[in-house]
Amino acid sequence: MTEQTTKDHAELAQEFNRDEDRVNWHDETLWWIREKRDKSAHQIPEWEALREAASQIKNNVLSNLHDYLVQFERNAAANGIVVHWAADAEEHNRIVYQLVSEAKVNRMVKSKSMLTEECGLNEYLAKQGIEVIDSDLGERIVQLAEEPPSHIVLPCIHKKKEEIGEIFHQHLGIEAGISDPQFLTETARQHLREVFLTRKAALTGVNFAVAETGEFVVCTNEGNADMGAHLADVHIASMGIEKLIPERKHLGVFLRLLTRSATGQPITTYSSHFKKPREGKKIHIIIVDNGRTVQLGRKDFRNSLKCIRCAACMNTCPVYRRSGGHSYHTAIAGPIGSILAPNLDMKKYADLPFASTLCGSCSNVCPVKIDIHEQLYKWRQVLVKAGYAPTAKKAGMQVMTWTLSSPGLYHMAGKVGRLVIKYAPFAVNNKLNPWYTQRDMPEPPEWSFSEWYKQNRQP
Amino acid sequence: MKVGLFIPCYVDQFYPGAAIATLRLLEKLGVDVVYPPKQTCCGQPMANSGFEHLTGGCNELFIKNFAEFDYIVAPSGSCVLHIRDHLHDDKQPEAATSISHKIFELTAFLTDVLKVKTLNARFPHKVGIHQSCHGQRGLHISSMTELVSPEFSKPQSLLNMVQDIELIHLGRKDECCGFGGTFCVTEEAVSVKMGKDRVADHLQHGAEYITGVDMSCLMHMEGILKRQGSKVKVIHIAEILNGG
Repeated sequence: MTEQTTKDHAELAQEFNRDEDRVNWHDETLWWIREKRDKSAHQIPEWEALREAASQIKNNVLSNLHDYLVQFERNAAANGIVVHWAADAEEHNRIVYQLVSEAKVNRMVKSKSMLTEECGLNEYLAKQGIEVIDSDLGERIVQLAEEPPSHIVLPCIHKKKEEIGEIFHQHLGIEAGISDPQFLTETARQHLREVFLTRKAALTGVNFAVAETGEFVVCTNEGNADMGAHLADVHIASMGIEKLIPERKHLGVFLRLLTRSATGQPITTYSSHFKKPREGKKIHIIIVDNGRTVQLGRKDFRNSLKCIRCAACMNTCPVYRRSGGHSYHTAIAGPIGSILAPNLDMKKYADLPFASTLCGSCSNVCPVKIDIHEQLYKWRQVLVKAGYAPTAKKAGMQVMTWTLSSPGLYHMAGKVGRLVIKYAPFAVNNKLNPWYTQRDMPEPPEWSFSEWYKQNRQP
Repeated sequence: MKVGLFIPCYVDQFYPGAAIATLRLLEKLGVDVVYPPKQTCCGQPMANSGFEHLTGGCNELFIKNFAEFDYIVAPSGSCVLHIRDHLHDDKQPEAATSISHKIFELTAFLTDVLKVKTLNARFPHKVGIHQSCHGQRGLHISSMTELVSPEFSKPQSLLNMVQDIELIHLGRKDECCGFGGTFCVTEEAVSVKMGKDRVADHLQHGAEYITGVDMSCLMHMEGILKRQGSKVKVIHIAEILNGG
């Protein structure tokens, strides 16, 4: 479910920052997770080698994607899994609808799948009269609140427990004013238990699909994917084409990295392997492209497809922590979302690669070593050349370029700039100057260094 | 060894003290250092805004000014990183590559090229070090908290040579201050919040001065400190290393 909006990241972030206490709370909560990640990583002496191995395995996958996909399809089919191919979101959604229609059900349970968020599956199915209940606790909370997830691993990280109590009061009938996490979790557990027992179709995501064996692995902490899939007659698994790994032994690399990077846990509570349907049950896999092959063809951006969706880049991002996931107005927020989204729609997401200071922390925590901040820089070049830069910025840049490539003009402009600040501070110290809104301007010195140098060092 | 001094445009215009300290420090250490007068800017403000294709003039000028030197030294990690990663010129590709190999951020030049072991400097104050991201994560002048690797810091190793200085510990020792070039105005709300949080970390731990290798980050934090009416000052690391 992606919010329809015309506001850009800067405006949405500004709104988020109106409540500074909430920003502090959001920042500290995610920073705590980043610290847990650090502790966990530092317990593995070979951590950096593990990242390098994961990166290389994924590079191999991306370079041989066609072969691995065909191998996976063949092996999965031999195991009795039905494989479907979807070129885009619409086709994916249509296939899901067709499968639930064939199963003659109008209610489905779904565990976490960012791909279905990307495809807008819930809204699509709702229009077809199919009710979808998200079974991941965080996703269920935002679903009840009619909001998109704000984080790919922690979908309701932007909600405080008091707010969750209020949502449960309104939708699940508990008393008002309850914020005890244990009570709230138990409430959700009872509610979801009834859902699991009555749904005949279950959809899950896929964390890893093993080409060698035709099996796939779903990682959750709540066991909700297993509960849904095991109790349903039909299990539909949606995966992007990049989820492949060549062999089962490679799981050892990725499972060690995934949750340590995500939450600091050594491994997810449940890492469930699905290989073949049980007697009388069905498993379908939908393999989705939706722009991924286009990204694969972009030399500078292809390795963004190595992403295993751990969200470490979000937790470490000082901008994400202080602007909130919804400010990115796309299914996958944060630094990784900012290099994936422009591939889908350059115009709509032109603001996202600029929502970064290029500090580089994201690339350092990435378990598969995606050069995220360098891709942010490269997307800026692509977007500007494609004509998606604001006009004012364009004109300003042109003036700046003329000035800075001419020493004479530069020294003149510098002098004028300093004089303006010195003698007419109102000209810059006003509300139209975004620097000055919350910061003072530097004290203008009497002379520049170049003037001083001429006086003091040159003969 | 002939060294060309590159002074970033905003340092030249707003913080000549940092530039003078850099020059004097290098002279004291016996370096033959010259400031080519026709220099302007590395082109980073345009490039980081997505206008790298307009930086041809800046690149050409940079090469003209600095090609002749054995080393180029600048009191800024950010500008040096930009030159290292992005300086290019189709007409003289070798000159561009050569420059990107011989340009150094000041503290890295002191530790790696001059191999400075002692400094005649005293600074009897409590000082917080701001790790500017481009110097740290881009040029690797310090270890990074995200990576599982041995700890080191070139700027801190130099500050440790300064008499009577007291370096404070921070809650978050390498979080970005939010300056980010044009980010500081295009994403004003987040930029300021990041700056306020960084400043608060230094204030809580008793800093009298915040220092670092990049005046741009310090200018941003200075703007916030002044607005808050704080007495805490920012100071470029060259000014401390040059004597205090």
